[in-house]
Amino acid sequence: MAIAREAEPVGSLQEVKEAGLDREDLLGVYRNMLITRGIEERGHILYKQGKIPGSFYTGRGNEAAAVGVATAMDDQDVGTPLHRDMGVHISRGVEPWRIFAQYMGRADGPTHGRDGNVHMADSRLGLLAMVSHLPAMLPVAVGCALAFRIREEKRVAVGWFGEGASARGDCHEAMNLAGVRKLPVVFVCDNNQWAYSTPTYLEYATEHVADRAEAYGFEGVVVDGTDVLAVYRESRRAIEKARGGDGPTLIECLTLRMEGHAVHDDAFYVPKDMFERWASSDPIERFRTWLREHAELGDAEEDEITSGVKKLLNEALTRAEESPLPDPSSLAEGVFATPEDLDTPHHK
Amino acid sequence: MAELTLVEAINDAFHVELERDPDVMVMGEDVGRAGGVFRATAGLRDRFGPDRCVDTPLAEAGILGSAVGLCMAGWRPVCEMQYDAFSYPCLDQLITHVGRYRWRTGGAMEFPLVVRMPYGGGVRAPELHDDSPEAYYVHTPGVKVAIPSTPADAKGLLAAAIRDPDPVVVLEPKLHYRTLRGEVPEGEHVVPLGEARTVREGTDVTLVAYGAMVPLAEAAADALDDEVSTEVLDIRTLKPLDEAALLAAAAKTGRVVIIQEAPRTAGYGAELAAILAEKAMLDLRAPVVRVTGYDVPYPYWQIEDAYMPSVERVVDAARRLLEF
Ligand SMILES: Cc1ncc(C[n+]2csc(CCOP(=O)(O)OP(=O)(O)O)c2C)c(N)n1
Ligand SMILES: [Mg+2]
Repeated sequence: MAIAREAEPVGSLQEVKEAGLDREDLLGVYRNMLITRGIEERGHILYKQGKIPGSFYTGRGNEAAAVGVATAMDDQDVGTPLHRDMGVHISRGVEPWRIFAQYMGRADGPTHGRDGNVHMADSRLGLLAMVSHLPAMLPVAVGCALAFRIREEKRVAVGWFGEGASARGDCHEAMNLAGVRKLPVVFVCDNNQWAYSTPTYLEYATEHVADRAEAYGFEGVVVDGTDVLAVYRESRRAIEKARGGDGPTLIECLTLRMEGHAVHDDAFYVPKDMFERWASSDPIERFRTWLREHAELGDAEEDEITSGVKKLLNEALTRAEESPLPDPSSLAEGVFATPEDLDTPHHK
Repeated sequence: MAELTLVEAINDAFHVELERDPDVMVMGEDVGRAGGVFRATAGLRDRFGPDRCVDTPLAEAGILGSAVGLCMAGWRPVCEMQYDAFSYPCLDQLITHVGRYRWRTGGAMEFPLVVRMPYGGGVRAPELHDDSPEAYYVHTPGVKVAIPSTPADAKGLLAAAIRDPDPVVVLEPKLHYRTLRGEVPEGEHVVPLGEARTVREGTDVTLVAYGAMVPLAEAAADALDDEVSTEVLDIRTLKPLDEAALLAAAAKTGRVVIIQEAPRTAGYGAELAAILAEKAMLDLRAPVVRVTGYDVPYPYWQIEDAYMPSVERVVDAARRLLEF
């Protein structure tokens, strides 16, 4: 039996306005979703061309969840997005060319060519780069929230995790501490129904992951992760609640991983009809239809947005390819602080 | 004999050992339906059923911890860690339970379990998919450690680990999962733990390596062919170490280069060097040198090649010893 609240879809433009988004914002959200998918589609091509070495992950199907949550964050908030959350980086303003540079291991990527894929973040934009270990970023987000609480800063931390990784102890430890201390943190579960080949019924036994929230002393909400407006509304509520001192929320965004775990995986273990059923819930198509029906998005305006995104990404790709590969002799640099590093306000 | 890749040889070992002993079982993330990320456990679930090839939740401490319980109930579990670094969450169980239980129960309980994982770099993977964590395991009392470098040894050492009455960690060089092919004995094939392998005989300099560094050592020996006669020793079992083979290989040439992919400081190579310092002093004609990775987190792509021990670095080290 479900314990978590199941969020309603968002209806009218009026309702969206009340939630804090005007028409311009909505078009921005749409654009960010297009950029998100566009980057990953181009990444796929780069991978096939051999320009992205190793593996390549995308968040196809998760664009609404990622962009919806990130849009609800304020500038001073922080977050720990994962490998399905490209939309968070885009919404926070990471320039696409730097993401392509990251993919290709170039010196101008956020990790300076030391790491690849979406294992990156720009800390100046309030994002903390994930490590591979899942869900190791959850306690980190909780630590940020603890710092905000102690300093009485009106800031919120957002920690992302997959439903599969919710099985690890880090998840429990993070949520327990957050609940005990009523910290300003929002946990976002990207529930795409698969952890590599493992289906949800082998990952957890409750109806929803969000049902667990009650056990930690805070609220759980399940939201349709393909409905960007519903994700936004629930995230905004949770973030403002946290900011106001009323503690954490666990938001579960229900989606389907629309591709294999990574490019090398053909997802043979996912029942075909599951893909077919979910194809009608493509988050971008859904929002496009909504905008046309409720916000008077017309052909001309849509074309303008689409071609703008295309141009942005083409230019970004060119710029990224011009970025140099990192200098191998820099290998040992940066493991420890140097005297110059110590010459900062923080250390003085 | 069949020609198999290294990962096919591992899969073969599983099929043989699960058939031979009904108490052997496999557990891990994606090992069943998907047959493992690298297909090491392919076909096991279909052949032996979901109770002997268990898809677990994503939870490494839980995997190893429940393997301890399975052992107590008479099973011989083989746990897969999806990648080297994903074994770190299970270190707690390994150190606090697995390594010490036999000892503290005076031998009343045993832990015939295996933890196996793909390890090492060279495959252009993102961070924490390329680590060489062998030193952590070797350093844990009560735990044995094996690292194969050929398909035949991959099968034989895994079989030995499964049959061993004590916990064994097996690290498999993922770089060579599919790039190395070799003759593998069909049916039951066991390579006893604790026996090193002389890869080639030589008289001037000895290269000591294990895992992915063995093919590299062979390439370096090839490169030195015109100059010197090179002995190559594959350690194969890091613990228990075949100390006699190490000392004999060192005595033969008096010059030893140890090759280790892991970061340098306090790596397994340091242990080998210490043993040589203690016991081979009078046989050595030059200092023991190490060619290793660096004390940095394992890097991506372009810098990765600068991190990895290379044929050039090994050749250079050997030449320095010859000129000493
Ligand atoms: C501690 C840990 N163990 C194993 C892995 C390997 N791994 C990477 S992604 C993945 C599946 C994750 O599933 P989920 O948490 O649902 O996230 P999703 O990939 O579906 O977004 C696994 C097992 C990992 N990253 N971290
Ligand atoms: Mg998932």
